[in-house]
Formats: sequence, C-alpha cells, structure tokens
Amino acid sequence: MELLSFGDTGWGDELFFATLMTIAVSIAAMAIGFVFALIFTPLKLSKNKTLNVIGNCYTTIIRGVPELLVIYLLFFGGTGAVMYVASIFGYDGYIEINAFITGALAIGIISGAYSTEVFRGAILSIDKGQFEASQVLGIKKSIQFYKVILPQMLRLSIPNLSNVWQITLKDTSLISVTGLVEIMRQSYIAAGSTRDPLFFYSVAAVLYLVLTFLSMKIINKLEARFNKGY
Amino acid sequence: MISIFPSLLNGTVITLKLLISSMFFGLLIGLFFAILRINNNPLINKFAYGYSYFFRGTPLLVQLYLIYYGLANIEFLRNSFLWVVIREPYWCAIIAFSLNTGAYTSEILRSAFQTIKEGYIEAAQSLGVSKKITFYKIQIPIAIKQSLPAYGNEIILMLKGTSLASVITIMDLMGEARKVNVLTFKPFEAFITAGIIYLFLTFIIHNIVKYLEKKYGFQT
Repeated sequence: MELLSFGDTGWGDELFFATLMTIAVSIAAMAIGFVFALIFTPLKLSKNKTLNVIGNCYTTIIRGVPELLVIYLLFFGGTGAVMYVASIFGYDGYIEINAFITGALAIGIISGAYSTEVFRGAILSIDKGQFEASQVLGIKKSIQFYKVILPQMLRLSIPNLSNVWQITLKDTSLISVTGLVEIMRQSYIAAGSTRDPLFFYSVAAVLYLVLTFLSMKIINKLEARFNKGY
Repeated sequence: MISIFPSLLNGTVITLKLLISSMFFGLLIGLFFAILRINNNPLINKFAYGYSYFFRGTPLLVQLYLIYYGLANIEFLRNSFLWVVIREPYWCAIIAFSLNTGAYTSEILRSAFQTIKEGYIEAAQSLGVSKKITFYKIQIPIAIKQSLPAYGNEIILMLKGTSLASVITIMDLMGEARKVNVLTFKPFEAFITAGIIYLFLTFIIHNIVKYLEKKYGFQT
C-alpha cells in the first residue's frame, strides 16, 4: 500500500495527476470529436453526391483502421507535415508538437467518426413533421437547425454518445505510446522502476473502471434531466 | 513504395493468425459466460457479470500489459508449466484478445438468448423435447443467428484491436509498419499502406458477415 502513498516515496500523487490527465485528454478529444461530427453529419445527410462521399469516406476510413494507426500517423507524420509547412514560410528549425495536442486530436478524429454516426442516426429518427412544421411556420433553415433540430438531436443521441464517451476514454490509453503521461504511461513508468508490473497495471485497471463507473452515473443523471419533458 | 509490401504482407499474415485464434477462443469463452449470465443462480450470474464488466470497462492495452508483464511477476506461475505459454508475447496477446472479445461476445449472446421468442421454447416443450436438447438444438442456434450483425462488428473491432500486439514486440501488420517507419523515415507511406490493408480486411470481413446474414440470418 505504501507504493500508493502521496509524496516522494509513493506513486499516489503521480497516479492522481495522471488520472486528471486522462480525463483532460478524454474531454478535449470528445470536444474535438463534436466539432468533426458537426461538420461531417450535414455532409453525410446532404443530397449532394460529392459531399456525401466525403462524409462517408471519413466515417468508413476512421472506423475501419486501428486507432493506433491514426495516432502513429499524426505523431510521426504530424511533426513532418508541420515542419514542411513552416519551411515554406522560411522557418527551418525543429518543431515539436505537444503530445497532448497530437493525442487529443488523434482520439478526437476517431471519436468524431463515431459521434457523426450517432448524430446522423438521431437526426434521421426525428419526426418528419418537425421539419415540415417549422417550414410551414416560415422559420429559416439555419434557425430551424439550431432551435428545432439540434436540441432534439442532442436529447436522442445521449444514450449512444455515452457509448462513444466510454470508447474515447478507453482509447486515450493508446496515447501512452507517444509519451503523454496519463494513467497507462504513469503505470508503465511506475512498474518499470519498482519492478511490480502486476500491482501497477491492476491499479490502472481499477482507475479506468472507476472512471467508466463514475461517468456512467453522471450520464444517467444527464439523461434523466434531458428526458424530463417526455 | 513497392519494396515495403513483402514485409507488410508478412505482418498481415500474423495479424490474421492473431485474429482467427482469438476469435475462436473468444467465441468459446463468450458462449460459456453467456450461459452463466442467463443462469438463475445469483452468484454465478454476478461472477459472469463481473467478468464482462471488467473486460469491457478497462482498455485492451491495460489487459494486455497485465497479462504480458503482470503474470510473469507471479512466482508460482513462473515455475509452473504455464510459463511456457505466458513467456511468449504471441500467446499473451491471444489470451488477452480472447478474454476481451469473450466479454463482448458474452454480452451479445446474452441479449440474443434473452430475446428468443418464448413461443419457440414452448413449442419445443409441447412436443416433448427435453430441456437439454431444446437448449443445444434450438436456443443456441437461434441465439447465434440473431447475434450475427453485432458479432460482425465485434470481429472488426477485434481486427483493430490486434494492432495493439505490436506494442508487445509482435511483428504484426502494425509492427511491420512501425519498423518501416523507423527504417525509412517515411511515416505516411508506411502507415497509409498499412491503413489500406486494414481497410481491405475490414471490407472483406464486412462482406463475409453480410453474406452469412443473408444466407443464415432471419428475414425480417
């Protein structure tokens, strides 16, 4: 147990901050995913063939390749790409992208693909009458989306978004391969220096279980609140 | 570009081997725990639920590390005959993947068992078919048929999961792609080529499952 104490002798505080890091990366990734989803959902629902293909490519490709591949591509390829762009503008030095940003972006792109599918399903399940009624009332298309469709879409997608959140939370463990110190990386370091991998990976597993359990509770509360009027 | 293909194809073979063996063991484990889950004994039920909760609530990477680094830490396992198995990263990966996919499979099969129409079982009962035969000849085949679409998704998730084997030194498709990246400093060529191969595999699995669904699934 003293291995988990706070302070210089134990790993308690390190693991605590690593847990906060995992939560931070997950939230950042989820937010980035929402941005991607809000861009690609209209594309997937669009009647324009080209836009449709772009939207479908995004979700099919991202959901068809391993998460690790996306992370490696951004981690190894991202630096090169940024440096290439910088060299066009005349800067030749070495640029290193923050591991947090690469990680959150990579996981965000992945969770965005899942969120897109969730939003698409939610919009498709909104009653057609809602669209027609708002049209009859002469509401503009943009306002129709923000005031009529979006609130209903969010309510309908909460149960599935909670699945996406769980997947995102677990996917953040993969960022550890790029060196960002979150739960997995911290346990790896602790296991290496104390030669007690069984203990520290069990702690990591428990931390993840606690996180998924707590987020489940919070999401259930949210869901109950959003469904109050129904 | 072409020169990296042979090594990537070697990796693809390893990936497929990992996938097929873990899906095979995972299906057996999943079926076993699904049967426990529909058992009326609360203790057995809770045990099966705990198993699936743990493996679905923690990242696959944690499970892989626990088995690869963690089990080797237990003294008596190292001295037992099991050491032959758990010292090999390849077998550790298969154990971790099988247990992981087993947990998801057990949930898929459980929900399939629970949604079997009462009428089928009642019909079998009224024909005097014994409980055991009803279970093996009616409930299990129907459950497997019903869970085909969800199981297809699980196969694809597992295909993506096998890429984690590369972090414990297995040279699967992902491992080969990493090696190419390190040797040539061409991350885009290495990873995009690997990505195309993964997409191709996903496409094939998707179509096989679709074909099976059409042939054996329920027409609704």
